[in-house]
Amino acid sequence: MSRKWTNTNSQYPQMPYDLIKEMLVALGIMGVLVLLLAGIFSTPDVPALTAKQVAQQAPQLLLQNALDDLSGQDAISTYGPPYNNTPGASQSLAGISPEQWAGVQIPIKSAQVNVIGPLTKIEPVNPSLKAPLTTWQRATSSQQNAWVQHVESALSKAKIVGNALVLPAQTPGDYGPLPAMLNAYLSLARTGLLEDAIDGGTGPMPVIDRTKSLLLLQDVPDAAYAAKLDMAGNEWGIIKETGNYPGAVWLWFYTLLYQIPPFSTSASADLWVVLTTGGVTVILMLTPFIPGLRSIPRLVGIHKLIWRRYYRDQRKRRGVRA
Amino acid sequence: MSRNLTKSLRDWIAETLPMENLLPDSLPTYVDSYVYLFGILTVAALVWLIFTGTILAIFGPDWWHVSAVGHFFNSMHFWSVQAFFFFMVLHLWAQFMMAAWRGGRHWTWIGGWLLFLVSIVAGLTGYLSQNNFDAQWIGVQGKDAINATGVGGFFDLLNFGQMYGLHIFVLPMLIIILLAVHLMLVRMHGVVEPLDDDKGAENDES
Repeated sequence: MSRKWTNTNSQYPQMPYDLIKEMLVALGIMGVLVLLLAGIFSTPDVPALTAKQVAQQAPQLLLQNALDDLSGQDAISTYGPPYNNTPGASQSLAGISPEQWAGVQIPIKSAQVNVIGPLTKIEPVNPSLKAPLTTWQRATSSQQNAWVQHVESALSKAKIVGNALVLPAQTPGDYGPLPAMLNAYLSLARTGLLEDAIDGGTGPMPVIDRTKSLLLLQDVPDAAYAAKLDMAGNEWGIIKETGNYPGAVWLWFYTLLYQIPPFSTSASADLWVVLTTGGVTVILMLTPFIPGLRSIPRLVGIHKLIWRRYYRDQRKRRGVRA
Repeated sequence: MSRNLTKSLRDWIAETLPMENLLPDSLPTYVDSYVYLFGILTVAALVWLIFTGTILAIFGPDWWHVSAVGHFFNSMHFWSVQAFFFFMVLHLWAQFMMAAWRGGRHWTWIGGWLLFLVSIVAGLTGYLSQNNFDAQWIGVQGKDAINATGVGGFFDLLNFGQMYGLHIFVLPMLIIILLAVHLMLVRMHGVVEPLDDDKGAENDES
């Protein structure tokens, strides 16, 4: 089989070179650089936001989160695949909807996973929860929603007294079993065991898939905490460290698209951005085969700088010959 | 089967990548610019990444949160990532400006892009393996783009075990394999020849 290419390097004037020495010098330079940067700038390490923290610092936020979960108004309940089948929630573009095609692969029912399930788990150590939970589960969904609405509208006037939620007095029955459930929920979160109750670890082996408990606070609480830590994404994009550290600048093109129309205004922004970035990447990968695109380097002329000494020698040689 | 596979392989290697091309002790004089250092500096950053990452993996994912030495290794790992991408992007731009895909070098160019793409996923899984608020926030925000592509059910940014496994073994292994092929192709074809001076013949094609 004959080669389609030839290594013509040996046909050019040569200079001595030591590949191994160059590698060792590069390793040394990089080592010093990395040691200096690590020594001077270190790295941030802000612990993850926990339900315990939210319960202690912003209990009403955690309760609002739980109420949204119970009434299906939370962001995950209306998210669509891979968590559920909310009609019209899947992103799509001209009939292309990979999200819809993939379907529900990590089914999550927020009310059950985030609130009812964990409360049911602690019922044996808190038997007074049995009656409220039974009342909740026997009620119709419209009754449940009515209770949630009543509590929601009263939440801004509610107080936390001695770690307990005290709602403004109303007609008895209006809040249903929710005060008892929410107080138990708050207590559970304060112990720091809510996430474990959600992820459902049983036995001594580590729970290494925290998808469910990570989705618990993913909407308002996480965003509020991120804003505090300068991670809202305006500066470097979402993929960055806390504080003033460089982010994934290599994703600048991908991140930029989210800021400009039509991407920024589309309900299918993620799909638009991913497909566009993917398309541009494929075009750049195939540059060698695309007339016009592959001629850009010649037109730009940076190569004249890179090879300036070579071109100068060539011209000299031609001049001598002439 | 009379053909000796071992001898065939040896002959193919000797023919395709003779030792003087694999480990050269001379280079064409046109290889005379700082831009030629970007590639080797990227490789050097990768070596430091693998070294610091190995130390972090040996002591486990919790170590760097509780140990000053661990935190220092994490910082070295983080800054190696920054250097790795910094020099890789410079290398990519330099190769573009030299139209380095010429002379049958298109697979070197495409392979370089594959390395960049796999490195991006490796970087993402690294951010997600940190077990702190960075990982939490990047996971819950980044999941939307992955879910929109339909692979979120399989490639679950919130599944620490999956992300950690990919980050410390699968993706580095893929990068090492792709890099080995990339470097072999570079040594097989030699360093790309300069474009023709001024108004030379069109030779942008691969």
